[in-house]
Amino acid sequence: MNKEFITYENYQQHIKLVSKGKWTLQSLPDIRKELDRISSGKQMIWDLSEVEDFDSAGILLFMEYYDFFAKQNSVEVRGYTKNQKDMYDLLKKSSQDTVSVKREGFIENIGKNTVEVYSDIKDFLAFLGQLFSTLFHTLLTPKNIRFKEIVYHIHQSGFNALIIIGLTSFLVGMVIAYQGSVQLAKFGADIFIVDTVGISIVRELGPLITAIVIAGRSGSAYTAEIGAMKITEEIAAMRTMGFDPYNFLVLPRIFALMIALPLLIFFSDLMGILGGIAASTMQLNISFAQFVDRLYEVLEVKHYILGMIKGPVFAFIIAAVGCFRGLQVSDNTESIGLHTTASVVNSIFLVIAFDALFSVIYTELDI
Amino acid sequence: MSPVIEAKNIVTRFGERTIHDNLSLHIDKNEIYGILGESGSGKSVLMKEMIMLLEPNAGEITVLGHKLNDISYKEAQSLRRKWGVLFQFGALYSSMTIAENIEVQLKEYTKISKEMRNKLVRSKISLVGLGSHVGALYPSELSGGMIKRAALARALAMEPKLLFLDEPTSGLDPVGARNFDNLIVELRDRLGITVVMITHDLDSIFGIVDRMAVLADKHVVAEGTLKNVLQSQHPFVEEFFKNDYTKQKYLDKVENV
Repeated sequence: MNKEFITYENYQQHIKLVSKGKWTLQSLPDIRKELDRISSGKQMIWDLSEVEDFDSAGILLFMEYYDFFAKQNSVEVRGYTKNQKDMYDLLKKSSQDTVSVKREGFIENIGKNTVEVYSDIKDFLAFLGQLFSTLFHTLLTPKNIRFKEIVYHIHQSGFNALIIIGLTSFLVGMVIAYQGSVQLAKFGADIFIVDTVGISIVRELGPLITAIVIAGRSGSAYTAEIGAMKITEEIAAMRTMGFDPYNFLVLPRIFALMIALPLLIFFSDLMGILGGIAASTMQLNISFAQFVDRLYEVLEVKHYILGMIKGPVFAFIIAAVGCFRGLQVSDNTESIGLHTTASVVNSIFLVIAFDALFSVIYTELDI
Repeated sequence: MSPVIEAKNIVTRFGERTIHDNLSLHIDKNEIYGILGESGSGKSVLMKEMIMLLEPNAGEITVLGHKLNDISYKEAQSLRRKWGVLFQFGALYSSMTIAENIEVQLKEYTKISKEMRNKLVRSKISLVGLGSHVGALYPSELSGGMIKRAALARALAMEPKLLFLDEPTSGLDPVGARNFDNLIVELRDRLGITVVMITHDLDSIFGIVDRMAVLADKHVVAEGTLKNVLQSQHPFVEEFFKNDYTKQKYLDKVENV
């Protein structure tokens, strides 16, 4: 099959090019090949009258080579239809509009991210300021406290989390007892497993596990709930009705979590120790009664209190970060995902950072 | 008589992009005022500034006699109870039924008894032309047109004297849109409210809008009645009102100018 899109006749003074056939998207590579074979330099007459069909791709190709030939010598185009001319003009116009493509360099990205982090921090401080001013107003007029919502959120993020918190803590308690028992058995200090499990769970692990599970469970939920309301303009609607989102959405969640988290920590402590008991009974033959007796001797109340104090602080961090990220959601659905991720990552990091801070403080205070 | 809303020399910038540059307009009592302009001309931003969702970078907006620049928290709260806002996509609270959506402000702000509230809710639902069974449904169970009506019912819950509508007829079928227009006129006549609406709908503009502002190039390029606006030579006005389609459809109104 010999399809030809171009024929040309070489004269003394000029070349005559005749375009034929279908100048369309499908035949574009073939036409290009043929056009590339033509060497010019002479004056040119380009006849389009035998073109059967064309589309914008064909015209763009024509434009490209027309400009190419025209640079070398004069080109005269003949035999085009009005349709082709109109299309040519349209494409000519649009090809002049340069589409600016933004390329971001490495350095630029660093700068951008730094500014973003900076403005995130600034926004978070503004959020905290607004939050505390609302809190202050609310405490002055206690009838503004949204008790119904608080109870609802305690149920959602507290009660409904009992099973997962219990299970996780139980397993962690078991793991610690197992690992510890191997080491302690070497020294014949089996009974010290009670100290290990009791103190580590109550002081550190109980609060930390609970906070991390809740950050993943409720912190993300807060961000997604509030973010979705932001997208559907429900938050804007609330503002126009004078329902302050801080009072109606943020504070109830914070209050609820600050109440629920210490209770969950208590439950986590219990389950962790139960896990420890289960493991030591199996591994070290320490009976339930022995374990509890020893626990009663070594686990001072202060350890329990020191662990408990972390509860409300962690709760505040998780709920505040969750709500803050939710309110940051912009007008597209993608940003819900991004902000939910950011919310969980930020709150878990902050929880661990504050846990370290607590450790330092406790050590310095010698308690 | 002082205007219901007055905006003076509004300047709005988002980063380096200027949206409004010294823009002024005023809206009188009891009129249906249209805000129109091409997309990106800052219509929604202007409305958001009027309802205190955004603050302009410079300039002054006065709504119902309150200057928004130095409004106190208390004043702002009481002002918010005097208007109703219809968002483009309804923005009904998705966790509440339609009846609860309409009731929520009454419940929070008034001491009206439960029965009275129910009565008010029912009257609002029927006022906007919805069936009484709709009250028990959730927003996700309604069609687009019904959501618009339900949102209007909610906007009317506090018996406002000022109503903001963001593209009230967009996304409605033509018949539904005309009914909605009639409803707005009826509400204005019966309840004596002032209506501010963002709209692209030619039928609304030619049919029910009393006065309008055309936003383009960061300014109000034409303000006033349809007749006044049609006299403008601004390219956007030319393109929007004096194209072949509009000319044919609204021959009598455009030709008179």
